[in-house]
Amino acid sequence: MGVAEKLASEQKSISVAEFFEKNKHLLGFDSPTRGIITTIKEAVDNALDACEEAEVLPDIWVSVTKLTKDTIRVAVEDNGPGIVPDNVPYVFGKLLYGSRFHQIRQSRGQQGIGISAAVLFAQLTTGVPARIISRTGADKPAYLFELMIRTEKNEPEIIRKEEHEWDRTHGTRIELEFTGTLTAKRRLIDYLKYTSVVNPHARIQADIDGEWFSFERVSNEVIVSPQAIAPHPHGIEFGMLKRMAASSTDNAQDFLVNGFSRVGAKSAEQMLAIAGIKDSRKVKGLTAEQLKSLLSAMQEVDVPPPPASLCLSPIGEEMIVQGLEQEFSLDFVKARTRKSQVFSGHPFIVEAAIGYGGKLEPEGQALLLRFANRVPLLYQQGACAITTAAAGINWRSYNISQQSLPIGPVLLLVHVASTNVPFTSESKDAVAAIPEIEKEITLALQDLGRELKNFISKRDRNKVAEDRARAVCSIIPDIAEKVAEIVERPVPDISPIEGQIMRRVVAKKKTTDGIVGISVMNYTRNPIEVMVYSLSEDNPEKAVPKPDFIDTIGTEFNAVWRITIEAETAWKVTYPGKGRGSIDIRGVDEKMKVVVDLDGE
Amino acid sequence: MANNEKDKKTQERLVSIASEWYGQMMDGRVPTITLPTRTKANIEFNESSEVWEYGDKGTTRTANTAKGALHILKMAYVVGFLKQQLIESRSSTLREMYYISEGWKRAKFAAQDESNMLIEDLEIVTELSREAFHLRPEEDGASIYGPLRLREQTKRGNRDIHCQEDVGEAGYPIPSNVENIEFLDHDASFVIATETGGMYARLMENGFDEAHNAILLHLKGQPARSTRRMLRRMNYELGIPVVVFTDGDPWSYRIFASIAYGSIKAAHMSDILVTPSAQFIGVQPSDISDYNLPSDKLTEGDIAALKAELTDPRFDTDYWRKQIKLQLDMGLKSEQQAFASRGLDFVTDEYLPSRLSEMGIL
Repeated sequence: MGVAEKLASEQKSISVAEFFEKNKHLLGFDSPTRGIITTIKEAVDNALDACEEAEVLPDIWVSVTKLTKDTIRVAVEDNGPGIVPDNVPYVFGKLLYGSRFHQIRQSRGQQGIGISAAVLFAQLTTGVPARIISRTGADKPAYLFELMIRTEKNEPEIIRKEEHEWDRTHGTRIELEFTGTLTAKRRLIDYLKYTSVVNPHARIQADIDGEWFSFERVSNEVIVSPQAIAPHPHGIEFGMLKRMAASSTDNAQDFLVNGFSRVGAKSAEQMLAIAGIKDSRKVKGLTAEQLKSLLSAMQEVDVPPPPASLCLSPIGEEMIVQGLEQEFSLDFVKARTRKSQVFSGHPFIVEAAIGYGGKLEPEGQALLLRFANRVPLLYQQGACAITTAAAGINWRSYNISQQSLPIGPVLLLVHVASTNVPFTSESKDAVAAIPEIEKEITLALQDLGRELKNFISKRDRNKVAEDRARAVCSIIPDIAEKVAEIVERPVPDISPIEGQIMRRVVAKKKTTDGIVGISVMNYTRNPIEVMVYSLSEDNPEKAVPKPDFIDTIGTEFNAVWRITIEAETAWKVTYPGKGRGSIDIRGVDEKMKVVVDLDGE
Repeated sequence: MANNEKDKKTQERLVSIASEWYGQMMDGRVPTITLPTRTKANIEFNESSEVWEYGDKGTTRTANTAKGALHILKMAYVVGFLKQQLIESRSSTLREMYYISEGWKRAKFAAQDESNMLIEDLEIVTELSREAFHLRPEEDGASIYGPLRLREQTKRGNRDIHCQEDVGEAGYPIPSNVENIEFLDHDASFVIATETGGMYARLMENGFDEAHNAILLHLKGQPARSTRRMLRRMNYELGIPVVVFTDGDPWSYRIFASIAYGSIKAAHMSDILVTPSAQFIGVQPSDISDYNLPSDKLTEGDIAALKAELTDPRFDTDYWRKQIKLQLDMGLKSEQQAFASRGLDFVTDEYLPSRLSEMGIL
């Protein structure tokens, strides 16, 4: 037997499940530590996608329990639309089974690999079948499944299927057991936190080995699920064109107009003219050569970019800001949603945000949060186009120090949303270096960098002003002391002077010639609304302006004025009296107010 | 005692500055002080006294900036120091006060200029001179030589001095407090104040004082207050005309201006320091061409100074405008000793007599 024959006897087809069994790293299951995060990520992604499609506000519950020293049970439950019982085995028990693979729109999952790969991973490490509960409505029963994957055939094996008592009216729960450790707990929490930042409409709660985490929703708006669009003529490859043509009954003209987005009768005519194909020719019968010339003709003709607003769902500047503020309590945060752009016929939108100060680490490299289609990217930061673009910006020109990425209490967020996010690998860890995308990221971050520079320089100015005021306030007591020594009288109370210099609100009472004068000076830069209280034996009935309220407490009168004082202006009231009693103001921060009684002793 | 009375008044005026601040602080206000702006934009000609004085423009120093607060603190320390000095009947020099301030912590002066300026501020506010504060200037006055007999009160008794017969070639040195001088008699027809020592010695050697009954006065550059006070007293009390002889450059014109019109820095003292009838002999820009004097080119600084003088209200007369423009056109300047190019006697035999008769003094 020759070598070729010998080899031929060994050659056989391999199932996709077998392939991934041997190549776990391609799907992000390279280590037990990472396996947990990938599993939770796949389950949460699916849950969010499902809720979005059903237009419900996602409520997601994650639990990670340590069963033995090295076995862990992960459960993820959502309030999504549920999965019909007949489909459950395929969704979880067959790789490459999905609803979204053939659609052109923004979604988290696409290929239908993720969750079934997790099932496979569990099965390979512990052999315990996956447990799935799903219910599609209040009027239908919930079903419980125990599933395994027949790897050699890539088909589900149903171990158990039964009706199940479940308190949810709709939703899905998956439980998996596998070998692994909780060493990546910090990263898991980060993943949930970042997911919550870019999904402000979701509530995510997690019980990680007894520790409770809750990420509240900041928005009650259900996000509109992106719609699928027809492929764009500039974003199609030969194989797909051939498949589309083979299954079409249209003539060439109709095929182009109906099968592709943004192609009108006129562009279709142009394309066919260039390709030398008759309008009326049925596309089904076109030869490979003809299809090739049609494809190149399709690239030549100018066509408007794909309708991004339909198929893409950016988070929005306001939502990003709210999400970041909730998680990081920042001193400064600004977000930008760029206009949609196109690369190779695929529409995409870049969103970015910069945060500063707050709970961020004051030293070290900036925190870079990368997202693709609302999914946090946790691994391979160095290989990602987002990182390259962020590090390529000259941050020093925005007064931020830099060591490739910015240094200091800086947070950078970049979200790339696309019908086809170009990842560097199927584990979806890093965005590939597409010049169009990198350019958009750079422009968005530069724009935000300018805003951050303004914020920092304004903050520094305020700090300088405050330092100056403090310097003055350290000299005033010396003046008071020396002057008092010269005039041989007691040292005056300088607190109202300090109040003026430190830009506070200063209330003073001073009585001269039987007239009580109460004044409130607003030295701050903003208008204030305050209540002025005077408790005194002097009757304030004749006060100008009149009090808003007078009350008697024993022999004393309690008078209240409710006033608004513009920035850097004063308010004053006078009334006859001896100036006994006391005054106070309320409505300004204690640190910002100075109350002095110049009638003193 | 008259002196005690004067000191008491001085003390009251000084303390009133502090009282003002004390009142402001008791009212919860930031202490401030307003002083006249001491620039050429704020000097005005007083028709009745014929001298240039500060106008109405004021600069307010407020303790709401670190600079303003520090200024007021320093002023308070100086007021406190002067008050104590007056109580104890002591006196000190400006330089001594500068060193005393070393013990005032952050109120101490960075340089003597600063303390001098501050004393001038106090003179303005109190309308008193620094002598009233018992402060002496460090600078010594110039010297005079000529037919004048005077009596000086010294700490060791009165001295009668004739400024030709009783003095050496250096002349009689003007004391820092000119008020201690009493004029006895004189035989002078004019005072000639010269900028440089060289010209002063030339006039003396050539016997100019005897030939014309002139009192020679050496200004020693920009004249000290005591020198200017001496000139004014000789002019007002003895009725002797004053002429000023300097180099022919913009800086020298300012020496003349400070004698005849008052200086910008001490405009508050103009009414006791200035001699409005003083006349400028030369070197005039027109002399440079008329006598073909050796000359130097004007530097950029000279040109800028001349242009500044064109906007100085003190030089706003037909005579000065004409002379300054002429000099700018020529681009030249000459020193007073340049007359030596025509022989050592030319200045005393020809130039000065002809100028003095032109001016109606001889």
